[in-house]
Amino acid sequence: MADARNAPESLSAVDVRHVARLARLRLSDGEVEAYRERLAAVVGYVDRLRGLDLSGVEPLSAAPVSVASLGPDDPGPTLSPGSVTAMAPESHDGFVRVPRVMDGGEGGA
Amino acid sequence: MIRGLSDATSIVRAVHTRETSARDVTSAALRALGAVEPRLRAFLCTFESEALRAADLVDARVAKGERPPLAGVPVAIKDNICLGPDLCARGDGLGYGGTTTAGSRILARYRSPFTATAAQRLIDAGAIVLGKTNLDEFGMGSSTEHSAFGVTRNPWDTDRVPGGSSGGSAAAVASGVCPIALGSDTGGSIRQPAAHCGVVGLKPTYGRVSRLGLIAYASSLDQVGPIASSVADAALCLQAIAGHDGGDATSAREPVPDYSARLEDKPQRLVVGVPGQARSGANSPELADAFEASLNLLRGLGAEIVSVDIPMLDHAIAAYYVLAPAEASSNLARYDGVRYGTRANLSPQEGLRDLYERSRSEGFGEEVKRRIMLGTYALAGGYYEQYYATATKVRRVLREAFGRALATCSMIATPATPGPAFRIGAKTADPLAMYLEDVYTVGVNLAGLPAVSVPMGCTSGPGKPLPLGLQLIGAPLQEASLLQAAAMFERARGPLTHRPEVTAI
Repeated sequence: MADARNAPESLSAVDVRHVARLARLRLSDGEVEAYRERLAAVVGYVDRLRGLDLSGVEPLSAAPVSVASLGPDDPGPTLSPGSVTAMAPESHDGFVRVPRVMDGGEGGA
Repeated sequence: MIRGLSDATSIVRAVHTRETSARDVTSAALRALGAVEPRLRAFLCTFESEALRAADLVDARVAKGERPPLAGVPVAIKDNICLGPDLCARGDGLGYGGTTTAGSRILARYRSPFTATAAQRLIDAGAIVLGKTNLDEFGMGSSTEHSAFGVTRNPWDTDRVPGGSSGGSAAAVASGVCPIALGSDTGGSIRQPAAHCGVVGLKPTYGRVSRLGLIAYASSLDQVGPIASSVADAALCLQAIAGHDGGDATSAREPVPDYSARLEDKPQRLVVGVPGQARSGANSPELADAFEASLNLLRGLGAEIVSVDIPMLDHAIAAYYVLAPAEASSNLARYDGVRYGTRANLSPQEGLRDLYERSRSEGFGEEVKRRIMLGTYALAGGYYEQYYATATKVRRVLREAFGRALATCSMIATPATPGPAFRIGAKTADPLAMYLEDVYTVGVNLAGLPAVSVPMGCTSGPGKPLPLGLQLIGAPLQEASLLQAAAMFERARGPLTHRPEVTAI
């Protein structure tokens, strides 16, 4: 743990901004430094994994569960269109409404 | 609580024999809730009128000769477990109609269109839902301080945290509002708050209980389970919620044994393995003493205590804080301000990226953003091998080591936490210190094993007495043996030497 705190430079402000952008989060300049400091401490801690000899070990992404077989593929009732649009922050005429996508939307900025 | 009816087993018996009614039990529980809630803030919403109507329905079932296994038992549900608008399976329009917030501003006004399988099974078994309990946002925390809706306080000392993330559920049970509550456990979120609040917490085997309707945090680790006033009550609750559910593709197709039937039997042969890490120098001295005393108690009951070697346990926290945030960053991508949840107020000049970024930045709390960024970093190009892939290999080595250890012993014992509940605010500025609170619990989630936390004693001061928890870890699907051993330990331990400061009993 002490090692982690001695190496707070393991993560730069540029890294934090990049990661925030990938994660669709917006941080103020002040927040970038605060997150950098605390994320660097955690990254420094998890860096201890890099020293382990794991050659020949297969990854395990989840504990195996005896699911036996796939379930039947029978169509059945699901959420009604009305209950889906009722959950959306903004909807119109049975559609979920979003701001413009082209010209300054997700592609721009 | 009605005097003498503070545990689920007694309530069910009294309601079945009509010595009391579900309505009377529910009224008493609602009064208890009202009495302690101002000091604890364990609940995010409560269902007074709905609970009484539900109780009447249970009384009607009993009058018709039905014997619902949880008839009239007041329960609380962690607020990351969905309750839909029409909760009653019998189509009489009874609805709890509350929100499901997961402790997050981004779901502050979210109303689930359906009910989680685990909650529905409790209701079908005759349980009465009193309300939804507070939690760290999306389950991300060990203190319930990371809720967007305020801090829950520990009934033993209201200056201290109840643990987390299921802190509201643990505080509700510990203060005597209800004998059973549902929690969820991704890295210790049932067992650690149970330990800090002096109650029993069971994390079932991965796949044992359906997660349909549980708001996802880290899907390869999340599991729903009971927090209860006793081992017997935990067994009753697990009985109701365990079992295959076609709505959850990771739900195990394995028969559910009778968890209560053999609870009072003494295990035939009990070999308890203790890993070296359980005696870490980082444990508080009183906890270390209580742990040794617990092992001696087990020895006195005929258990053989042996050492087991699980070296990779040293790296469980590091692997967990790669894997859980990685999965969280993916799971929480669904909160985009479009389909449900809170949307930021945009100006006409702003576009879709502004919508995503502002809705998420305004809707998520600091710890959630930190874990999303940590997970995004661990999965990013150039770092994936170094972090995510490495952590999945640690996970396999850890699971195999647990498997080898559990082939030589019946179960593994460790403390549930390194020390008693800490003061509110003590660890909020240091995420890593908060993460280390889960040092004994996260390995169990990585390996997908069942584990129970059972109170093993109290600190003796200075300051208010605080409970300490013993963790017993079993092989996959061995909940029945774990509960049997925990029940034996509980009987031998006897009542705790102290009681919570805030209690309705």
